[in-house]
Amino acid sequence: MDRRLRPAPGLDGLTADYRPDPGTPDEMMDATGQIRPVWQGFIRHLAGLSPDELHRRFGRGDQYLRDAGVFFRQYSAEGSAERAWPLSHIPVLIDEGEWATLTAGLIQRAEVLEALMADLYGPNRLVADGVLPPALVAENPEWLRPMVGIAPRGGHHLHFLAFEVGRGPDGCWWVLGDRAQAPSGAGFALENRVATARVFSDFYAEANVHRLAGFFRTFRNALQELQPDPQGRVGILTPGPLNETYYEHAWIARYLGFLLLQGEDLTVIGGQLMVRTVAGPRPVSVLWRRLDGAYADPLELDGRSQIGTPGLVSALRNGSVTLVNTLGSGVLETRALLAFMPRIARALLGQDLILPNIATWWCGQAAERAHVAAHAGRMILSPALSTRQPIEDGLPAPPGPLADWLDREGTALVGQESVTLSTTPAHIDGRLVPRPMSLRVFLARTPQGWQAMPGGFARIGRTTDAHAIAMQQGGAAADVWIVSTHPVEPASLIHGRDLQAREGALPSRAADNLFWLGRYVERTEGIMRLLRAHNIRLAETDDPRAPLLAALAPLFRGHGVNPDEGIPRGLIQTLGSAVASAGQVRDRFSPDGWQALADLEKTMRRMAERVEPGDDAARALSALLRKITGFSGLVHENMYRVTGWRFLELGRHIERAAGMAAVLATLADPWAPDGGLDLAVEVGDSVMTHRRRFAVTTSRETVVDLLALDAMNPRSILFQLDGIHEQVGFLPGATASPMPDLMRLVLRTRTNLATDRAETLDTDALWRLRGAVWEISDLITETYLS
Amino acid sequence: MLYQVRLSVSYRYARPASGGRHLLRLLPRPLPGVQDVTDARIAISPRPSHRDDFTDFFGNPTAELALTSDHSEIVFTATAKVSRLFAGPDADRSVPLAELPAEIAACRTLAPDAPHHFLGASPRLHPVDAITAYTRAAMAGAASTRAGLEALGRALHRDMRFDAGATEVDTPPAEAFAHRHGVCQDFAQIMIAGLRGCGVPAGYVSGFLRTVPPPGLPRLEGSDAMHAWVRVWCGRAEGWIEFDPTNGCFAGSDHITAALGRDYGDVAPVAGILRTAGGQETSHAVDVIPL
Repeated sequence: MDRRLRPAPGLDGLTADYRPDPGTPDEMMDATGQIRPVWQGFIRHLAGLSPDELHRRFGRGDQYLRDAGVFFRQYSAEGSAERAWPLSHIPVLIDEGEWATLTAGLIQRAEVLEALMADLYGPNRLVADGVLPPALVAENPEWLRPMVGIAPRGGHHLHFLAFEVGRGPDGCWWVLGDRAQAPSGAGFALENRVATARVFSDFYAEANVHRLAGFFRTFRNALQELQPDPQGRVGILTPGPLNETYYEHAWIARYLGFLLLQGEDLTVIGGQLMVRTVAGPRPVSVLWRRLDGAYADPLELDGRSQIGTPGLVSALRNGSVTLVNTLGSGVLETRALLAFMPRIARALLGQDLILPNIATWWCGQAAERAHVAAHAGRMILSPALSTRQPIEDGLPAPPGPLADWLDREGTALVGQESVTLSTTPAHIDGRLVPRPMSLRVFLARTPQGWQAMPGGFARIGRTTDAHAIAMQQGGAAADVWIVSTHPVEPASLIHGRDLQAREGALPSRAADNLFWLGRYVERTEGIMRLLRAHNIRLAETDDPRAPLLAALAPLFRGHGVNPDEGIPRGLIQTLGSAVASAGQVRDRFSPDGWQALADLEKTMRRMAERVEPGDDAARALSALLRKITGFSGLVHENMYRVTGWRFLELGRHIERAAGMAAVLATLADPWAPDGGLDLAVEVGDSVMTHRRRFAVTTSRETVVDLLALDAMNPRSILFQLDGIHEQVGFLPGATASPMPDLMRLVLRTRTNLATDRAETLDTDALWRLRGAVWEISDLITETYLS
Repeated sequence: MLYQVRLSVSYRYARPASGGRHLLRLLPRPLPGVQDVTDARIAISPRPSHRDDFTDFFGNPTAELALTSDHSEIVFTATAKVSRLFAGPDADRSVPLAELPAEIAACRTLAPDAPHHFLGASPRLHPVDAITAYTRAAMAGAASTRAGLEALGRALHRDMRFDAGATEVDTPPAEAFAHRHGVCQDFAQIMIAGLRGCGVPAGYVSGFLRTVPPPGLPRLEGSDAMHAWVRVWCGRAEGWIEFDPTNGCFAGSDHITAALGRDYGDVAPVAGILRTAGGQETSHAVDVIPL
């Protein structure tokens, strides 16, 4: 039957064969088979949608995620790759009252963790009083000795936490794991929300679902208030584009107006943490850290780290920076600590935990060891000091009796009760089916205390197996709706505008990547124009050794391109370099720009597999040229004229000037073969202009005049030097007196060319001109980018 | 014994370094009842743009410095007067090896001297089966922890060949042990790895030896550069005992302690991150003169 002709299933149709496992609580359906009150409105709405309508709506959500460029990185034996975001479109609905109880428990837990952190890096009372075994701390690689005794500026170690929670068989919530190192997922939670709200847009608008934006706004303000200088900016420290959650780091930076920084962007001068910017070092005193603690400072922490900042610990010792969270907080994620949390809470806060955590036994103690051995059937054994999710790394027992293994290596092992999770509906193959679910809940410290995000990040299992819930194993993500009985405050998303307009100093590394992005994109385009001209001639003559084609060879060689390949590997590599540069500065790009570039690369790779030299290649290259000018247009039309844009423009001008100088030196040389001049005009995309300005036939003078000396032709060398002059004039320090070397060189080169004539701008002069352009590039790098 | 200690370390770079950041642990450290240190100072050339002195987790005096200008050579010169009070261990009050786990468990502290820091793997030292087996055999039948460590230290002194050219600063202990050769660092790391493998807390000591031996005695191996030996925890009553496996003896009045840690990484005399492209050349010179 045609899907479009099927009617909406109706309430009974939708839930008739929804059968949760009898021993497992279900989020939507209670034990008697009734839909829980908080779900009823939503399920009624869902039941009223025809399969076609639902399909269209799901597509709308997926389209949003694709357009926004949401992806995650999946790792395998062959490496890692970006994957489309696996959204499970049915949100998880939780009643506001129940949520309040859950978050009260989590807020208490956050207080316990802060106190635990203060003790572990302070007096170590817990060890002295026998609450915590010293080995768990002393042998823990996440307990960072250089941080012992360093009191955090402002008094707090922790500012942002996440908790993985699940609902146990008794229907109560359990904490599965504490995330305190550098919790991820809050940004993804918001993207899940935007996508899901698009799917159910009409229902969502009226459904009293708590909004998320207020949480982000509050946390952003809290971070701003942590810095003494109101003009200062907050940085977010990322391990870089190859990290699993880099998308989120770039996203948060863009959304909250924070600087996206890598370790090498930072340096410590006189005990103060600084960002290397194009305007020199600038202090940064609040850093949201998304990098594991041990990697953050190769001098005092893990010396093998290539992504840290030497001296960061010393800046902390100096009290000149707040890290969110401070270095060393990873120790709180230690799995064996779960076994001690109830006693820790009593010892440090004098309170019993409101929320239990997953039952855990540390096998370094005889009684616990015996318990684990006796109940091995429903236990998962795993490394005691692991900081991964409990469901992620059970250990297979070695051969021999279990008790022997526990006696031998007990201090390194914990036993944990096998996890069971509640189920929640997922829409699979046209019907609702129960799937296991766990929830990540986010807490932020504000001046008024800890605040929970009213929502979260739900993981939905691919199968009914609760252990296959991780996205790396094919699990999906879903939005979490906290539903009120009353209308909620319609907090709108933060307006990015007021934040982005306030330009801070541009980090040198970001400027360097934008500069090279400009260069590589322009170089790609230049090579494509040369290749198209080559293939058109090849199609005409059918002789790869024709003199004109031979004359082009050195230009291709200079770019590492073999023109005999239809779409040459060297071209793909050049574009690849552009994509890599863009990937480093994704926070500074519109998702559209990134998509355009990624799309170009995908198309080029696909074409490379089948395109033959000659006519075929010429046509393919024309298509690619249209795409790349599309990207350039997007950047030119849409990018705010901040300093970063200037470096992108500089890169483009430098490459275009140098490329055109080489083309003219090669093809407008008196000894160049016939047809060289026409080819130069074609590569310079100036055929029409030449016809309009001059006679139909080309001469060396007309061609050099048009492509080198004509200030009105956007392809000419002089036009590029004018552009360079203009952009350099806006860079920091450009107007200083005496005139900086860079400005002097630009002016001299530009003036020399502007006053030159086609007759004297001979081949040697053109090569010298190209040298001068490269010298400008080197001086830009030396002055601003290193 | 009263000594004048002088250590000079220099680095020469093939290409000028545009900046650098270093941690120095070059000076003898004060140890109550063991050694007193006076007139301690480090001179640095060229002058760093920033210097900050602090005490690290293990109580070692540490100088942190930043250089921002180009330099193609850097020289650190540390000088101090040391009064070495400790002449060697007296009566053995250590517990039998079998009682050590209970002794360790009874130490409810994470103070820098607590045995717990020195029991598990540390960044540069992991258990090596062959070394553990060798250690177990060497200590078999020892009446006490101290007797056991002495037997192990003497066995290493007997079986290992001192060879200044055989290993590098980052040669793994397993490799040095397989060839039974190395310098003081290799001797010390092998001994530590073996002891930890057998559940005995052991740490790394960097320091100095007197350059000219007392009349009639042979010159000690390793006195022309910074030296390394081992400290071993022998129970609450005995505490830490230091043994020098390179010379096959307990540390006494000829040894001067600079820094204590879990392995070389904690006590490296010069640790640094440099912005330079080329290679480098290092030279060390040590003088330990009795006053």
